[in-house]
Amino acid sequence: MSCGVDGSMTRHPWVIPLTAALASVVILFFGTRLPKRGAELGIASMAMGVALSAWLAVEWITGSGVPAVNQHVWFRYGDVNVDAGTLVDGLTVMMLVLVTVISLLVQIYSTNYMKNDRRYTHFFAILTLFTAAMEWLVMSANTLQMVFGWEVMGLCSFLLIGHWWEEKSNVHAAMKAFLTTRASDMGLVVGVIVLFFAAGQSFDVVELNTLALADGIPHGLLLAGAVALFVAVVGKSAQFPLHTWLPDAMAGPTPMSALIHAATMVVAGVFLLARLFPVFAQAFSIGDIGNDLGGLNPIAVIGSITIVIAALLAFVQHDIKKVLSYSTVSQLGYMVMAFGVGAWTAGAFHLFTHAFLKALLFLGAGSVSHVVHGFDLERDMGGLRKSMPVTHVTFAIGSAALIGIIPLSGFWSKEQITAQAGANGYVLFQVVALVGTFLTAGYMTRCYYLMFWGKHRGSSHPHESPLTITLPCVALAVATLLIGFLEAPALGIGLFSEWVAPAYLPAAEIGDRSTIDLVFVTELLIAAAGVGLAACALTKGFGPRSLAQRSAPARAMYGLLSNRYYLDWLYDRLVVNGIRRGLSWIVHWVDHNLIDNLVDLVGRSAVGTGVLVNRWFDTGVVDRVVNGTGGIAHRSGSALGHVQSGKVQRYAGVMLGTVTFVAVLLTAMR
Amino acid sequence: MLLVQYLGLAAVLFCLGVYGVIARKNGVMILMSVELLLNAVNLNLIAFGAAYDTAVGQVFALFVIAIAAVEVGVGLAIVLLIYRNRSTVDFDQIDELRG
Repeated sequence: MSCGVDGSMTRHPWVIPLTAALASVVILFFGTRLPKRGAELGIASMAMGVALSAWLAVEWITGSGVPAVNQHVWFRYGDVNVDAGTLVDGLTVMMLVLVTVISLLVQIYSTNYMKNDRRYTHFFAILTLFTAAMEWLVMSANTLQMVFGWEVMGLCSFLLIGHWWEEKSNVHAAMKAFLTTRASDMGLVVGVIVLFFAAGQSFDVVELNTLALADGIPHGLLLAGAVALFVAVVGKSAQFPLHTWLPDAMAGPTPMSALIHAATMVVAGVFLLARLFPVFAQAFSIGDIGNDLGGLNPIAVIGSITIVIAALLAFVQHDIKKVLSYSTVSQLGYMVMAFGVGAWTAGAFHLFTHAFLKALLFLGAGSVSHVVHGFDLERDMGGLRKSMPVTHVTFAIGSAALIGIIPLSGFWSKEQITAQAGANGYVLFQVVALVGTFLTAGYMTRCYYLMFWGKHRGSSHPHESPLTITLPCVALAVATLLIGFLEAPALGIGLFSEWVAPAYLPAAEIGDRSTIDLVFVTELLIAAAGVGLAACALTKGFGPRSLAQRSAPARAMYGLLSNRYYLDWLYDRLVVNGIRRGLSWIVHWVDHNLIDNLVDLVGRSAVGTGVLVNRWFDTGVVDRVVNGTGGIAHRSGSALGHVQSGKVQRYAGVMLGTVTFVAVLLTAMR
Repeated sequence: MLLVQYLGLAAVLFCLGVYGVIARKNGVMILMSVELLLNAVNLNLIAFGAAYDTAVGQVFALFVIAIAAVEVGVGLAIVLLIYRNRSTVDFDQIDELRG
C-alpha cells in the first residue's frame, strides 16, 4: 500500500509510542534513582513525542494526502495472515499532535502538583504508559492492535484513579471505572471478531472501511459488529447509561483527570467512531455517505441524551472537578452525536478543540484547589480573581471556549456540529445541540462565578501558583484562543477539514459555508442568553439550591439531579445485588411466578414511573420491590436450596451427568 | 494398530479421574484426578493422531500438557490459600457458595 514517496516519519511512526513505552518501563524500574525521580525522563519522552508528531504532521500536510499503511505479518494461521502495522492519515496525525502536546503539558504540571506525593515516580511511569497506549491506538492499522491500546488504557486509568489507594472510596472509584469500561470492552472484542469474519477474515481498518463503503459486507453482520463496537464506545466515552464511572474517576489526582478527559481514555471511544465511521454509517444508515438524510439512529440518540442529562447534572455539583467531569460527559455527547448525524469533520474538530480547553479547565481547577486546599465550589472558593490572576484569565478563556463564545475554539466546533446536523436533515438533534449550548453556558458561568467572583469563602490565603503550574495553563489558553481558526467557515478557512477529513467524505460535508448564517447567529445568541441568565441568577443569589427551597417542582428536580437520576443506585440494586443473590430467584421466577410477577411488575413499574421524579420512589416503591424480591428469593431459595449446595464436587457430578445425558442423546439421535 | 486398546485405556483413566474429582475429599487429590482426566484425553488425541497418520493429535496434546501445567499451578495456589485461611483442604467443608 505504501508508496515510495512517503517521508521517513510516515513510514515509521511507531517510534512515538515506543519511546513513551520504553520511558515508562525505565521510570518504573529505575525512576527512584534518577535525580528528578523519573519525571525528567517522562517529560523528555513526551517532548520527543511532540517533536516527532510535529515532524509527522509536516510530512502529512506536505505529502500526497493518501493514507499510508505500513504492515508486516504479525502471525499467521492456516491461510490467514494477520498483519500489524501503522496507519497514518489525517485523523492519526491530529490525534498524535493532540495527545503528545497535552501529555507533555500535563507532565510538566504534575512535577509541581504531585511534588510531595509518596508515589511520585510511579505516577509518572503510569502517565507515560497511558500516553504510549493512546499513541499506539491512534496509529493502529488494524482493529486487533487497537484492542491492545484500548485495554492498556483501561488498566492505566484504573491505576491512576486508585493512585491514592489508602482511602477506600478511591479504590471503589477505580474499581467502578475499571469494571464499567471492562464490561463494555467486551463489545469491542465481539465487534472486532464479528467484523473480522464479516470482512472475509481481515482486521485491516482501511479494508474494513472500503468494504463497508462498497456494501461489501452483509448488512446483518455489519449491524451486529457496529452495535457491539458502539457498546464499547458508550462505555469508554462515558455515554448514557454507562457515564457514571467518569464523575467518580475524580478520585484520582487532578493532572490525571486532565489527561483522561482531554487526551486519552474517553477520547478513545470517539476516536473509534471516527476511525471506523463507514462501518457505523452503513450499519445504522447515518445520513451522509450515500445514505438517506434524516432518520433516527442509536448513535445520535445516545449522544443527544448524554448531552442534556450530563449538562443538567453539572448544575447541582459542588465539587469543581465533578462539574467539569459532567461537562466532559456532555461534550463527549456532542462528539458522539456529531458522528451520529454524519458530521465527521465537525465531530473530530470538536474532539480536537475540546481536548485543549478541557485540559486547560482541569489544570486551572487543579491550580485553584492546590491553593485553597479543597474542591468545594461553595465552601472553599470565591473571589480568587485578584489573588490568582493568571489562573483566572486562563480559566476564563477555557470556560468561554466551552460555552462557545466567538472567536474561541469551542464556538467553531460546536457551531459546526449544529449546522451540519441541520444540513444532514437532523433538525431534532440540531435543537438538542442548541439546548446543550444553553445549559453549558449556564453551568460554566455558575462554576466560573463561584470560583473567581464574590467574596472568598474559604479559610486559606490564596496566592498565584508557581510557574510550572501556570505555564501549561497559559500554553493551553493560547492554543484555545487560536486553534478555532483552523476551521472557521465563516471566515473562509477550512484547514482542519483539508488536513484531517478522510477522502471518503462527500465534498458537501467538508462544506463551503462561507457566510454567517442563521445557525451561526442562533448559537451565539443562545450562548449569550445562557451566560446572561446564569449571571443574573447568581448575582441575585439564585443558585440551584436556593431555587429548590422556593418551588416544589424545582425541589423535585434538584432531588433527582443530586441523586444522579438514581442511576448508580439502580445499578447497585439491579446488577450487583442481582448477581449476588438473584440467581436462584430468577430460576424460580421463570418456573413458577412468571405470570403472577409479570402483572405485579407492570403495576409496580406504572407506579414507579408516576412518582419517579419524587423521593417517594425511594421509600414507597423500591422498598416494596426489594422486600418482595427478598420474600420471593427466600421462598424459592428454600425450594431450590439443595441444588445450590455450595459443594463443588456435587456441581461436578451434575455437570458430568448432564454431559453424559447430552452425549447419549446425541448418539441416539444420529 | 491398537486403537481400541488405547481408547479403552484412556476410558479407564478417564473414569478413574471422574471418580476422583467427584468422590475424593482432599483438594490436592482432586487436582491430581483432574490431571488424570487431561491425560486420558491426551492419550485419545495421540491415539487418533497415530491412527489417522497426522501430527495434529500430537500438537493438541502438547497444548493440553502446557495448559495442564498452568492449571495445576493455579489450582495448587488456590488450594494453598484455602489451607492458609481455613486450615483444611477438605472440599466437603468448603461450601461458601451455598445458595
